[in-house]
Amino acid sequence: MTPPDSRNTPPPDNQPPWERIAADPEFKNLVASKAKFIVPATIFFVLYYLALPVLVGWFPELMKKKVLGDVNLAYLFALSQFFMAWILAFVYVGVAAGWDRKAAAILSKFRS
Amino acid sequence: MITLLAQAAPAAQSHTALFMFLAFVAATLVITYFSARRSSGSSAYFAAGRRITGWQNGLAVAGDYMSAASFLGIAGMIAFKGYDGFMYSVGFLVAYLTVLFVVAEPLRNAGKYTMADVLAYRLSPRPVRAMASLSTLTVSTFYMIAQMVGAGALVKLLLPGVSYEIAVVGVGVLMIIYVVFGGMLATTWVQIIKAVLLMSGTILLCFLILRHFDFSFGKFFDAIGHVPVKGADGIIVEKDFLQPGLVYGAAVNPWGPIDLVSLGLALLFGTAGLPHVLVRFYTVPDAPTARSSVVWAMLIIGAFYIMTTLLGFGAATILTPGNIVVDGKPTDNMAAPLLAEALGGEVFFAFISAVAFATILAVVAGLTLSACTSFAHDFYTNVIHHGKEHRPGEEVRVARITAFVVGAVAILLAIKLQTINVAFLVGLAFAVAASANLPAIVFSIFWKRFNTSGAVWGLGVGLVSSIVLIVLSPSVMDASGKALIAHAPIFPLKNPGIISIPLGFLAAFLGTICTREPSAEEKFTELTVRANTGLGAEKATDH
Repeated sequence: MTPPDSRNTPPPDNQPPWERIAADPEFKNLVASKAKFIVPATIFFVLYYLALPVLVGWFPELMKKKVLGDVNLAYLFALSQFFMAWILAFVYVGVAAGWDRKAAAILSKFRS
Repeated sequence: MITLLAQAAPAAQSHTALFMFLAFVAATLVITYFSARRSSGSSAYFAAGRRITGWQNGLAVAGDYMSAASFLGIAGMIAFKGYDGFMYSVGFLVAYLTVLFVVAEPLRNAGKYTMADVLAYRLSPRPVRAMASLSTLTVSTFYMIAQMVGAGALVKLLLPGVSYEIAVVGVGVLMIIYVVFGGMLATTWVQIIKAVLLMSGTILLCFLILRHFDFSFGKFFDAIGHVPVKGADGIIVEKDFLQPGLVYGAAVNPWGPIDLVSLGLALLFGTAGLPHVLVRFYTVPDAPTARSSVVWAMLIIGAFYIMTTLLGFGAATILTPGNIVVDGKPTDNMAAPLLAEALGGEVFFAFISAVAFATILAVVAGLTLSACTSFAHDFYTNVIHHGKEHRPGEEVRVARITAFVVGAVAILLAIKLQTINVAFLVGLAFAVAASANLPAIVFSIFWKRFNTSGAVWGLGVGLVSSIVLIVLSPSVMDASGKALIAHAPIFPLKNPGIISIPLGFLAAFLGTICTREPSAEEKFTELTVRANTGLGAEKATDH
């Protein structure tokens, strides 16, 4: 067990206290909340994107259906991919700003 | 008006185009001159001192990524085949979500100049760097040759007074100058100027298209639904260009739909493994800036691809496919320039042509720099000299010499391959990046158990399987002798990703579980803390 005051003394080889940060509950919480966003978001965009070639390739009749004047489902779905990507990117930026604050708080705790 | 379009560009026009292109070259050379004075030291040379801002780097990432193949190729594909070209363009943007979520920030926090820095962080550096360097050089070279051959072919169409060889040598020499003298700072600004020019040209052309349809999307889409196309029997029929299936439809090619899925996978996972995109994240001060630069890049790239599809549909409706011809042959790369001529006259045609060249030049400069960085930093300094620089400035000197060699090889290969359709090399570059680089990057950041043997196997199998499958594919083998090898293709898909990406991941997994490497597992803690907090990450340098 490290004595409580050792937090303010750098390790002998002047390395940052990697192990102690990694063991910190706030750090574990940060990594977990990142995974909680990134894993489902990645699965979502991969599936949403692959749905385009799959639907157009194997269900062309469905995708040729005109839904908005001359504009068909295939065009709208392809166009929606751009907005999906942009929206997801902006959501990520919002969420990640919170992670930056958490990371800064953790680092300041370990800085003398 | 339409019959005029069918003729080759007259000499006066090509002079205007040449003049505009030379103005771009002059501006970039001035930038290179000023960058050269600030490019001493490795961090300045390889990473522009890590002082590029978020929006600047976003423009530069977009500039590195938006190639002439997208600008002219996708517009042309849509002009001739309609919707399927649009679907093709979607993956180029969505792929940036992989870059944003998975790669950009950990890479910035854990690495220094190259992708291999992240792998070498906790794995045995020499074998991992050697393999990563090989894979980087392969991706960069393939991509570069495709761009150079494209430049040579385009010059014949856009600047009839300039020969193929002169164009290739000119592009090659300029990219060497940027990289040798200006390093990352000059290359970044070349990308930024190119991105601004390309976006301006595209926006202006879109504006002219919409004006042609009285700014009515109703009229525009009505026209897209009735494009006159000459059938095989010579009779002109109206086709709905919003309908999918003219390129990838099962009726045209039974392997089409699965080939498109395979291409999509290579784009989604390959973009995050492209060395010339990855090195850009080392040019910003920290991980949050890397993140914001990806978002800037996504806004620009997305807007660009949506507009490119409008260019394609505009060419299909205003020019009609039957009139996009050069010397009597349908030429899809000319759809956008000819449309510019029809809507904006000679000067606009010249401007769009000059933008197309600026685009190629910027992309090849980015590729050359990433190849040189990997060779000098990964192979020379870390594999051969065990991570020690014997004399200060040696790493930069080796990178500069490499730029000469890479440039010379690219010029020679591009001249040799002049008559061959090498567009498949771009697909190959994405496939290698997705199958070799991405498994290694993802596992080393997220999987504690991952080790050197897994990285070497993943990189090796991903690289070899992509190349072998492409060689056996219809892009290289064709029974009627239209491709490099006159033989029926053995592998039916043009895009190997659907097989090679799982193979790359599987090899990285199996290679890992066959051996244990306690030191790699111990250092995972350090990498995780560093990747998630930025503690110990490379700092921006002062002047």
